[in-house]
Amino acid sequence: MRTTDNNGREFDNTADDPRQRAELVTGGLGFADVTEVVSNVAERPRPPLAWYVALAISVSLLGVLGAMILYLFSTGVGVWNLNNPVCWGFDITNFVFWVGIGHAGTLISAILFLFRQKWRTGINRMAEAMTIFAVICALLFPGIHVGRVWLAYWMGPLPNQMAMWPQFRSPLLWDVFAVGTYFTVSLMFWYVGMIPDLATLRDRARGKIQQVAYGLLALGWTGSSRNWHRFEIAYLLLAALSTPLVLSVHSVVSFDFAVSQLPGWHTTIFPPYFVAGAIFGGFAMVVTLAVPSRALFGLKNVITLRHLENMNKIILVTGSMVGYAYAMEFFIAWYSGNLYERFTFMSRALGPFAWAYWTMIGCNVVAPQLFWFKFFRTHIWAMLLPVMCVNVGMWFERFVIIVTSLSADFLPSSWGGYYPSWVELLTLAGSFGLFMTLFLLFIRFLPSIAMAEIKTVMPQAEGKGPRGFDYNPDEYESPGRVLATGGSH
Amino acid sequence: MSHTATAIDTRRTDGASDGGRRLHALLVEFETPSAIKEAARRIRDAGFVRWDTHTPFPVHGIDEQMGIQRTKLPLLVFACGAVGCLTGLVLQWWTNASNVDLPAALNFIRGYPFQVSGKPFWSLPANIPVIFELTVLFSAFGAVFGMLVLNDLPKHYNPLFRSQRFRRVTDDRFFLCVETADPSYDPQHTPALLRSLGGTAVEEVYDEPTPPAPTRIVNRVLVVLLCLALIPPAIIAKARVSRSDSPRIHLIQDMDNQEKFKTQRAYPLFADQRVMRLPVAGAVARGELGDDAHFERGIVGNGYAEQFPAHRPEVRLTAEFLQRGHDKYGVYCAPCHGFDGSGQGRINQRAIELEEPAWVAAAALTDAERRSRPVGHLFNTITNGIRTMGPYGDRISPEDRWAIVAYVRALQRAHYPRAGDLAAVENIGPRERDGGE
Repeated sequence: MRTTDNNGREFDNTADDPRQRAELVTGGLGFADVTEVVSNVAERPRPPLAWYVALAISVSLLGVLGAMILYLFSTGVGVWNLNNPVCWGFDITNFVFWVGIGHAGTLISAILFLFRQKWRTGINRMAEAMTIFAVICALLFPGIHVGRVWLAYWMGPLPNQMAMWPQFRSPLLWDVFAVGTYFTVSLMFWYVGMIPDLATLRDRARGKIQQVAYGLLALGWTGSSRNWHRFEIAYLLLAALSTPLVLSVHSVVSFDFAVSQLPGWHTTIFPPYFVAGAIFGGFAMVVTLAVPSRALFGLKNVITLRHLENMNKIILVTGSMVGYAYAMEFFIAWYSGNLYERFTFMSRALGPFAWAYWTMIGCNVVAPQLFWFKFFRTHIWAMLLPVMCVNVGMWFERFVIIVTSLSADFLPSSWGGYYPSWVELLTLAGSFGLFMTLFLLFIRFLPSIAMAEIKTVMPQAEGKGPRGFDYNPDEYESPGRVLATGGSH
Repeated sequence: MSHTATAIDTRRTDGASDGGRRLHALLVEFETPSAIKEAARRIRDAGFVRWDTHTPFPVHGIDEQMGIQRTKLPLLVFACGAVGCLTGLVLQWWTNASNVDLPAALNFIRGYPFQVSGKPFWSLPANIPVIFELTVLFSAFGAVFGMLVLNDLPKHYNPLFRSQRFRRVTDDRFFLCVETADPSYDPQHTPALLRSLGGTAVEEVYDEPTPPAPTRIVNRVLVVLLCLALIPPAIIAKARVSRSDSPRIHLIQDMDNQEKFKTQRAYPLFADQRVMRLPVAGAVARGELGDDAHFERGIVGNGYAEQFPAHRPEVRLTAEFLQRGHDKYGVYCAPCHGFDGSGQGRINQRAIELEEPAWVAAAALTDAERRSRPVGHLFNTITNGIRTMGPYGDRISPEDRWAIVAYVRALQRAHYPRAGDLAAVENIGPRERDGGE
């Protein structure tokens, strides 16, 4: 794939050349150009037509979601096809699906930050926003599935005259704390990172409304070095806190299943398997969102093909881990000698839900293997095929785990089937409306790329020439000199 | 960049300099990170304290050039994390494992020891996830709010925002700012020093006595919102301390009010308008059929019967009758009271081993108190239950209950034989002894 470098020459951004680092920002952009390109998304008077079309569809779906929730609240959970023995169906499948999507955002913003993967700066803001919106969708489902929704606050440890407290030894309550903490910390991480960029929009704003709105959100940021110092430490600490947090969240979600005694759920492989699956599905969603965003808003020099290729490599790795986990589940079911465990897995592959199981295998294990080929990693339309498969497959993974185990457990006399009602189907569709509406509004009105962070990874930030490796001893700050000048670092 | 590349100009943010305007600071503009780092080093060496550099992104290495001390933020975050950890620990122990008596007014925060599947009340492994999450949550609050407070944010009014030039600080320009309030500031020498730094422009920033209109409007809106936000808590506080005659607002009906007729309400279809129908003439309530209080309830006169109801043909103190009592005792009584009547049945033993909070130890049926009780009392206990023991009147027929009572009497006699009982046992053969018990 050809693109232009900082000197205007054409080169292949995705080629690996050990003599030089691939440029993170292409097209010969300087500081002001990065500000211009990114701010332009929020400042241009009219977004592209495709944005309006997407927003219209998303808002319609959001309306469907609202109608379905109203119907559910006014009539009761009977409008869903849940009953004994399948008492969790689309609701919890959607919950686990959405909360998993969120994990890629935190991985990009926190774990890749700790590993000093500078390429994350191009996509981290978008991925973090995706995390927030996915977790909002996720929190929706446990909230509305409790039956008497107006008593959902009983999940929290609130004092009352009955001395009724939540039961802290239940994984369902751990979930409340884990997902609640995850949402709060992700929101703060996202917002804190955005403060300097909101200040950029504030300083460039022309209209009064924009000035006041961005001004309020930017908290009076002046880019003071004393502020940057504490900002960077706070950001590093947040990354260090989010890393174990994100691993804990999907582990706790997996405890909802693993701590029970149902065959197919009661396994120790669940926490790592769920975390790998979450990152896998989340990266697929980031690619899904990044591809149209960079095309529609002219961000191709900031979210380069190399960013997409890197993410596709992660999808290949995590997809293979997920495939290994599927195989290992089967192996342990056989190796354990447990009759019920064996039956559950045979039933998954060959029973009434075999169609869902093989959809999952095809989408999650087979499709990502295409990313062994560079062609699929570096061509937009080619990469969308496996990526869309993964989006579908990861939803089916949760569906298979939840429904097959519940529908046929120990006693054949208590087996039962499950199919979703039209309300459940439309609620799932509506949750995508909620997610896309929030995302489209975000990309239009907030700084969708971390401008300040991108500027730090540009060669000019280190006083170098535009090509990065143009060494100028007068301007270049060598590590030795940093140590010599001292300070209390 | 061309418009400032050559000129080092000194100009005010706007033309006038009427009363009340005060020179706040001097700004120097630079175009590259390396230029501002060099300038920062010189200003630090000149001994200024109220000065800062402003950059579009964190310029690496500038902390040393400015002499910025490493922030104490990590310590604050650690402290917050420790508080979060303790909060998780104490919260879970208090709500699920503690049973501390509190004054009645504080009963709404009283703990409740949860019994779950016979597990101990307090078992740390199950509490680790919540402790971990709260540790992370509190630490993150510490990092974010600590950073904002230490950075003196939010601060929506800053005289620097009056400078048009300063707007590029979030784009591609680097500024050095020395406040006039600095003790080392000198009206003559400091501007000269700043001009010699090699920046592209030096600018005076003036402060005005009144903040700009948007700031004033926002402040007013904030005050109004704050006042509005106080109204709901005020209403709640008033409702909690005052009395009212009107019924509480019933927003969510659940199934509290249903379209059906409840006791004590009028029902127009019946002539007497009663919802509750009176029993048909001649109806007999449960338990009222029998007129033999001695046989069916163990009552004679106003007290418990001292004698077995010998007037009933079902109750005959024979070996078969005792054998039936033995069988029924084994089914219904022995699990708690033990086969020997000592109160050490398997269920009782396990409940005591598990320290079940609600368990009342099964009585030893052979102790002095139970031996002294009239048979009617024992019969009544079996019929109606006592403490945690349920009523068995609906499960065991009256004659079988009397058979159990007779067998309990036999157990008591076996534990505390009368003089001569032993001789009577020795007189019968070993085979009969084993079979008869």
